[in-house]
Amino acid sequence: MTIRLGALMGATALCAAATVVSAQDTTLTIATVNNGDMIRMQGLTDDFTAKNPGIAVEWVTLEENVLRQRVTTDVATKGGQYDVMTIGTYEVPIWGKQGWLISLNDLPAEYDVDDLLPAIRGGLTVDGELYASPFYGESSMVMYRKDLMEKAGLEMPDAPTWDFIKEAAAAMTDKDGEIYGICLRGKAGWGENMAFLSAMANSYGARWFDEDWNPQFDGEAWNATLTDYLDLMHNYGPPGSSSNGFNENLSLFQTGKCGMWIDATVAASFVTNPTDSTVAEHVGFALAPDKGLGKRGNWLWAWSLGIPAGTQKEEAAKKFVAWATSKEYLALVAEKEGWPNVPPGTRTSLYENPEYQKVPFAAMTLESINAADPNNPTVDPVPYTGVQFVAIPEFQGIGTAVGQQFSAALAGQMSAEDALAAAQKLATREMTRAGYIK
Amino acid sequence: MSTQHSRSAARIMISPSIILLLGWMIIPLSLTLYFSFLRYNLLMPGDNPFVGFENYSYFLTDPAFFSALTNTLVLVGGVLLITVIGGVLFALLLDQPMWGQGIVRILVIAPFFVMPTVSALVWKNMFMNPVSGLFAFLAKGLGMEPFDFLAHAPLFSIIIIVAWQWLPFATLILLTAMQSLDSERLEAAEMDGAGPFARFFYMVVPHLSRSITVVILIQTIFLLSVFAEILVTTNGGPGTSSTNLTYLVYAQSLLNFDVGGGSAGGVVAIILANIVAIFLMRMIGKNLDA
Repeated sequence: MTIRLGALMGATALCAAATVVSAQDTTLTIATVNNGDMIRMQGLTDDFTAKNPGIAVEWVTLEENVLRQRVTTDVATKGGQYDVMTIGTYEVPIWGKQGWLISLNDLPAEYDVDDLLPAIRGGLTVDGELYASPFYGESSMVMYRKDLMEKAGLEMPDAPTWDFIKEAAAAMTDKDGEIYGICLRGKAGWGENMAFLSAMANSYGARWFDEDWNPQFDGEAWNATLTDYLDLMHNYGPPGSSSNGFNENLSLFQTGKCGMWIDATVAASFVTNPTDSTVAEHVGFALAPDKGLGKRGNWLWAWSLGIPAGTQKEEAAKKFVAWATSKEYLALVAEKEGWPNVPPGTRTSLYENPEYQKVPFAAMTLESINAADPNNPTVDPVPYTGVQFVAIPEFQGIGTAVGQQFSAALAGQMSAEDALAAAQKLATREMTRAGYIK
Repeated sequence: MSTQHSRSAARIMISPSIILLLGWMIIPLSLTLYFSFLRYNLLMPGDNPFVGFENYSYFLTDPAFFSALTNTLVLVGGVLLITVIGGVLFALLLDQPMWGQGIVRILVIAPFFVMPTVSALVWKNMFMNPVSGLFAFLAKGLGMEPFDFLAHAPLFSIIIIVAWQWLPFATLILLTAMQSLDSERLEAAEMDGAGPFARFFYMVVPHLSRSITVVILIQTIFLLSVFAEILVTTNGGPGTSSTNLTYLVYAQSLLNFDVGGGSAGGVVAIILANIVAIFLMRMIGKNLDA
């Protein structure tokens, strides 16, 4: 009897111990994009696991397009593979509305949600609920070579116009010396060339859709945008530009082949880093150009961490999100890697920090982010949110198809008029199918 | 001697594996068919209504569909042309006795063992890149402008890459056929006064014709679904100039997350592949009867 009782008690104790162990051993699976700042975060995971014993972290690091496919299919089919997902400002409003993400309104007070930059916070909020926490935010701006500008006898204003950009590109181009006045994105994709072109179109007063969701590519404003873009790239751009995306342009600029480059503000820390960039000490920054219509050609993007609805590990996931996007995390990176490598563009307090203000691109990044307004991206009113994208589920398909047409125009396979006509036709078709146009 | 009884017993015994095989084939196919009649987009949750042939009509009237269809046929045709002609020439060459024959044969066959993604990457970055590629280097050395292959001749570039991969396969099959050609008959023909061209066209080509049919058949099956090379090099662009049907289906289902449209595209691709297969089978049947 006593032996039996003892055995029973022993077994119970074992069971209890087992439960304690399993409760402590929560493994978070985190899907993220293979950008430099995220890779750095993985290196610093020890700080999180030390502060949160019992939570282990497993990373799934993917290239942007693959990540998007994986997390979208996972969240749409309720696959439950990931507990934390890295998603952009395009996905958050759509997914939030569909109830695919857990609201982050109850993050701890130390997280200090009011410290987030208003433009970024606005892009991640649906009906007053914050659905993802920004890890880093970006806009776009002009990066240029001060030495080449000086040689050309020009001076870059802080807020240039498109006409000035063209003039400067012409003056800096030296094709025999393999220096091209301007490098811009040309690779087809809604997040590649269309990100740049939509933002540029905004400054020309063009919009994707009018208030009844009719595509606007047959309008004068888009025609002017695309004509000027092709003109710039054909005359002053590098060869093979129809397959250049962010990374291709980055390496062209770093090897001194570009006079100007209009792209994401996060590139600033790469082009000013002397170990990677041969032109580090010559780089200057300016706001994205305008056309005198009151809007600048800059975009707004934030890679953010969201938690899919239905995860079993909500508490742990929230702890992780709060850690990775906290002020302490910024301080941790600054201490280990220096202030220029801190994930930029998410918090007001970062830009008030006198240490960070010494970073050459800090002020211009903040100004660029503040110049973007996802709710009123262009001159005329629009029915959608998003600066360089339209936050509707159909946009990925339409944006990429339109991007293919414009990329074909850049490759010289069709004229600007034909590309715009084809874009108008296919956008109208898809919007009709999706039921926006009655 | 099988009795009525033992035959029906045998049928019962093998039925599990038959059912398994049928299920293996039929379940995915019928699911694809089922999805192709629904308006089903992963990004738009809610009910997925039955919409009849709407997905098909949208897929078939897609501005990219016609160019995808022609691109598919041009791709298959172009690669077949290069591999068959090149394969015959290589087989002729390798059939000659020469020094280092073994090594040469291995080198010729090697490209077939390179994975499609890898070979596409190598071609894209090391050969065809207009700034740092080998062809650009050669062009600059000859004082010419480097040619931007993937932007200005995308489909042609992909045909070259795919043909480079499949040429060894054709060579291998045709070389074996060549070796079964009796050399005494060739000698006899030579003694009767047949020149090299006559010997090639009246003796070698007829002898190879069956193997050529096999090469065409097998390659067509694989070439209709070329995908990795396009994804890695041109992404179907610029425009839709290197989009084939497989890539179009991929874009529908994984870039637009449109399950209905993608399934409809898949069914269309199956039907087209079957049409091609019927023609091929007839051709082969005729050839094998003769």
